[in-house]
Amino acid sequence: MTTAVEVRDLRKEFVTRGGRRLRRRRVPALRGVSFTIAQGECVAILGQNGSGKSTLVRLLSTLLLAEGGTAEIFGHDVFRDPRAVRRLVNRVSVEAAFFKKMSSAENLAYAARFYGMTPRETGPRIPEILERVGFPAERRREPMENLSRGMQQKVALARALLTSPVLLLLDEPTTGLDPRSKLEVQEFIRELRRTHDATILLCTHDLVEAELLADRVGILDRGELLCLESTEALKRRFDASTLEEAFLASTGRVFEDDPEEEDDTS
Amino acid sequence: MRSSAHVVRAELVGLAGVVERNVYLVRRYIWWDLAFFVWTVANALTIVFIAEGVEAAGGQIDLERTITILLIGAVIWAYLGDIFEVLTETVAWERWEGTIEYTFMAPLARSMHLGGMGLFAVAYALVRAVLLFWVVAFFFDVDMPQANYTAALVVLAVASVSFVGIGMMTAVLPLISPEKGTQLGFIAQGILLVVSGVYYPVSVLPEWMQWLATISPATYALEGVRAAILEGDGLAELRDELWPLVVIGVVSVPLGLEVFRRGERHAKRTGKLKRSG
Ligand SMILES: Nc1ncnc2c1ncn2[C@@H]1O[C@H](COP(=O)(O)OP(=O)(O)OP(=O)(O)O)[C@@H](O)[C@H]1O
Ligand SMILES: [Mg+2]
Repeated sequence: MTTAVEVRDLRKEFVTRGGRRLRRRRVPALRGVSFTIAQGECVAILGQNGSGKSTLVRLLSTLLLAEGGTAEIFGHDVFRDPRAVRRLVNRVSVEAAFFKKMSSAENLAYAARFYGMTPRETGPRIPEILERVGFPAERRREPMENLSRGMQQKVALARALLTSPVLLLLDEPTTGLDPRSKLEVQEFIRELRRTHDATILLCTHDLVEAELLADRVGILDRGELLCLESTEALKRRFDASTLEEAFLASTGRVFEDDPEEEDDTS
Repeated sequence: MRSSAHVVRAELVGLAGVVERNVYLVRRYIWWDLAFFVWTVANALTIVFIAEGVEAAGGQIDLERTITILLIGAVIWAYLGDIFEVLTETVAWERWEGTIEYTFMAPLARSMHLGGMGLFAVAYALVRAVLLFWVVAFFFDVDMPQANYTAALVVLAVASVSFVGIGMMTAVLPLISPEKGTQLGFIAQGILLVVSGVYYPVSVLPEWMQWLATISPATYALEGVRAAILEGDGLAELRDELWPLVVIGVVSVPLGLEVFRRGERHAKRTGKLKRSG
């Protein structure tokens, strides 16, 4: 079994100004996270707002540098050899970001060029891939700004798939989609796993989606990965009958103070 | 393993993509571009009319020569502004659209990415500079029969390498200071031009500014273009301007890339590429 992702003791902090007198504070976003994902596996990460899900995805996308720990993707060190990693990875984030005046076809062709694919290579694949994610391909020449948010999100998914990534990082890919579109995208992700042997890391707030798509589910709580196991094992661990109960039990805190670390470096 | 020819091809595909995307965007915002051009023309006119104003006030000047000197200064000011603006948008525009993370996580080498921006910047600025020269010259009764336009363009082209290198350094500013970085680019442009004798000879400047002028590529660009247009100098006579431009160009591009890389690393350490999500 090939290891797709291997993360060891990954730590990330951000320095922000906040609180009274705008002191500089170090906010830990990830506190020593470790896990592995096997090739072809789909792992879902659950966690409250601000628990560090997007930070984890950004670290694996080579968009952030860690304060400590290591991350390897198919044996390539994410921080030492980012360019090798970049060829293997693509990502879909919550907000679909595009050049708004350009059409979806232009945006896709442009993005693929950064992966060395010519418009001649992507030309026939773009309508095909848009069709597959449930985007009306005949609207591919309209400027992005005219498309609804859900439609833009589908184009974002198409953009990630166009470069045939072996590791797909999905950060809330179905947030903001209508129920039918959501099902379409979920079905598509499943099909992708069946047909393309893609490895997927999925961050989501949708517990049904996590249960439906993932082989294992992890719970990230204030920068710590509490567990990463099958939904069955999770439910057993927290003595819960549904994933939602397990999630609430795992992150349930009763009047705990937030141990914000203040420091006076400023 | 991918062959090196394959890698080079992939990089060039990316570089061409950067140029093409900019062309698309200029086409989509063409009215804005025209409006900006009108502003540039008006700006240049206010400067070149100073020559007429001085004469009307009784000043003793060689009117045609002064007009040409001011015109060249105004055109190069605009040219440099266009190059810096395009390069600063490498980060600023993409951050505004939100695409920056997708661009920065792609496997394209940063040198190719910035090279594509530089190539487009030079082409874009050159078209506008030629139009500007032509439109503004039309308002004044100047005759430049001896002008060597080819030599002037060669000087500008060689100088552009340095301008792009410096532009890469200003492009990093929005990466470090997301809110105000673009404005810092204007500051760099202004400082570069004020020491380079944009509307006056460098010799009128205080000594320390004259020293800065010797390392500014804009100094040689202005001198070279003026010599080519006023005196009709050819490339052989312009070698005193050309060789410093080549030297500064050879130094400033790798320096610009390195500064940008450091800025990028800083942004990745501090999370300044993007916050939300
Ligand atoms: N670029 C940044 N600069 C400063 N702080 C940041 C930055 N990115 C994240 N943080 C902080 O790090 C912590 C984790 O944020 P992150 O975005 O990873 O959470 P998340 O789990 O994705 O949340 P959500 O469910 O709301 O998307 C938060 O406290 C956040 O404020
Ligand atoms: Mg998030």
